[in-house]
Amino acid sequence: MDIHEYQAKEILARFGVPIPRGGLAYSPEQAAYRSHEIGGDKWVVKAQIHSGGRGEAGGVKVCGNDAEIRDYAATLFGKRMVTKQTDERGKLVGRVYVEEASSIAQELYLGFVLDRSSERIMVVASAEGGMEIEDLSENHPDAILRMLIDPATGFLDYQARELAFGLGFDAGQVAEATKIFRACYRAFRDYDATMVEINPLVVTNEGKLVALDAKMSFDDNAMFRRSEIAELRDMSQEDPVEAGAADRGLSYVSLDGNIGCMINGAGLAMATMDMIKLAGGMPANFLDIGGGASPERVLTAFRTVLADPKVEAILVNIFAGINRCDWVAEGVVQAFQKMQIDIPVIVRLSGTNVEEGRKIIDESGLSLITAETLAEAAEKSVAAIAGKKTA
Amino acid sequence: MAILLDETTKVIVQGISGRIGQFHANDMIEYGTNVVGGVTPGKGGHSILDRPVFNTVKGAVKETGATASIVFVPPPFAADAIMEAADAGIKYCTCVTDGIPAQDMMRVKRFMRRYKAEDKMILTGPNCAGTISPGKAMMGIMPPHIYMPGRVGIVGRSGTLGYEAASQMKTLGIGVSTSVGIGGDPINGSSFMDILALFEEDPDTDAVMMIGEIGGPQEAQAAEFIRDHMKKPVVAYVAGLSAPKGRTMGHAGAIISAFGESAQEKVVILEEAGVTVAPTPSSMGVTMANLLNGSAEAA
Repeated sequence: MDIHEYQAKEILARFGVPIPRGGLAYSPEQAAYRSHEIGGDKWVVKAQIHSGGRGEAGGVKVCGNDAEIRDYAATLFGKRMVTKQTDERGKLVGRVYVEEASSIAQELYLGFVLDRSSERIMVVASAEGGMEIEDLSENHPDAILRMLIDPATGFLDYQARELAFGLGFDAGQVAEATKIFRACYRAFRDYDATMVEINPLVVTNEGKLVALDAKMSFDDNAMFRRSEIAELRDMSQEDPVEAGAADRGLSYVSLDGNIGCMINGAGLAMATMDMIKLAGGMPANFLDIGGGASPERVLTAFRTVLADPKVEAILVNIFAGINRCDWVAEGVVQAFQKMQIDIPVIVRLSGTNVEEGRKIIDESGLSLITAETLAEAAEKSVAAIAGKKTA
Repeated sequence: MAILLDETTKVIVQGISGRIGQFHANDMIEYGTNVVGGVTPGKGGHSILDRPVFNTVKGAVKETGATASIVFVPPPFAADAIMEAADAGIKYCTCVTDGIPAQDMMRVKRFMRRYKAEDKMILTGPNCAGTISPGKAMMGIMPPHIYMPGRVGIVGRSGTLGYEAASQMKTLGIGVSTSVGIGGDPINGSSFMDILALFEEDPDTDAVMMIGEIGGPQEAQAAEFIRDHMKKPVVAYVAGLSAPKGRTMGHAGAIISAFGESAQEKVVILEEAGVTVAPTPSSMGVTMANLLNGSAEAA
């Protein structure tokens, strides 16, 4: 789960990370008002979306007076902002953050991430922060410092010092830098984050360290014990169909093709998509109905797939272990009873209770296309659409 | 033999009193698995499926001599259940539970480093279908009838794709020595490499089917291991060749991601290591059959 910049800053500040003074606005007027609360004579107005690359996309601007803040904020609200890190639909701007402008003498990069190789939290840092950090890591990997944190001991003082000196901080700044590093680690650990990023971490003209931008992502599996994080969820930043499916135990991702997919298990779902492509078709979605799927969940899965107007055929591919083919078959039959389905539906059932499942399908009298194998299912799906087009 | 599990292995079920735990424990017993008891804190002294239930894993091990455990405990408590098994002297544990927080698994892996190699429990999963040695015993949620006993090992991340491989092989008359699910979570108990090493040593396994997918470093590690340490042939399939590139917030993930995490890169790396890669998910069985026939002719 992702959160907004202002929320990440609020969390990190609680752990002791210095951030510029700022305030959140839901309207252009409120944005201008925030600048008066904050004081000073220059402010940065920033679109709040769950994505990086906002600067390049025109979502960040330095403003010097009320009118400028209002006018700029007015262009942001309601806009769908497309950045390098979003898809082509972009993300809706519903909140704007206003903060005091900081002077910048140096920009650094600081990131914490779960490293699958070492199975530990890894700190990634560079004295050259800013927007080109990924290019830097590819072209000058030496310019990136990496450090692993042992979960048994936590982020040790000497590690933080090594990192601070490695980034070139002078003796006077090291204490402040190590405080920031350790604060980020504690926030990561205590809130079950999967990513904490400060980019840039700046040194101001006065030599002070400030987190100018911040991002945090969290482990969905841990939200049961992080209610204070779970309530930061902003539904406007999520695809409504994908989010709705997730709330019903379905893992759904919309894609560009026309063959709707309904499969159990992420691996088999990916393999089925691979197979559809090899057969000359294009999957309209990734959909994992999960384990122990009830007929109701299968029905919900049908609703989810059919909500996509691109879908011209549906392929149901179930290899049941913890699932039951009879339940899935019942769900398919219910879907036909409760919904208007006038596109070809291809069903391949295998595994637990497969005989019962096939019996339900056979006796339903529905004009379903059945398949025995994965390859057959994919080929029949592609053929069904081709057949419809020629007919 | 087989790896990890056979008909003599004494198995306990952690979370046996839950609906899912009990359902699958029953399947395991029906298949012939030597299930000797279960563990549910607070239910000690009861009996489920005619097996004694214990409050602690230590208690279960003491009374039954169990050496293996399958964990069906809900996500908030699953990591603790795994560590309890490790500390009670369980030798092999598979965890089916899906949805364990990543930091909990990080703690589990760190915890298990306290044991000397010979005392260390082997963990597979979490978020996996379990392990089956066909014709002998199963610890898991798989439909056992799709596996034919035989001499090919299976190791895979995805449960259902593992079923697909086993049933394609059965259709072609190829049986399985042991099939091991290592699970789809970012941090798991055993990697492909760990299980490949067990198959390489197993006298009853002639070849291995390895089923990977996009993401993570473990397929690339496995390729290196196969090239340098394995004599037995390996067939692989990598799911996700057509998966669109994921979009994640921030740069940190991109900075630490290494070459070898996309499906295409994994295929290249595995082929360079001498692995026969099945081009499609429906040709896993055929690819294995060709390989076995080829090696029989050569021999």
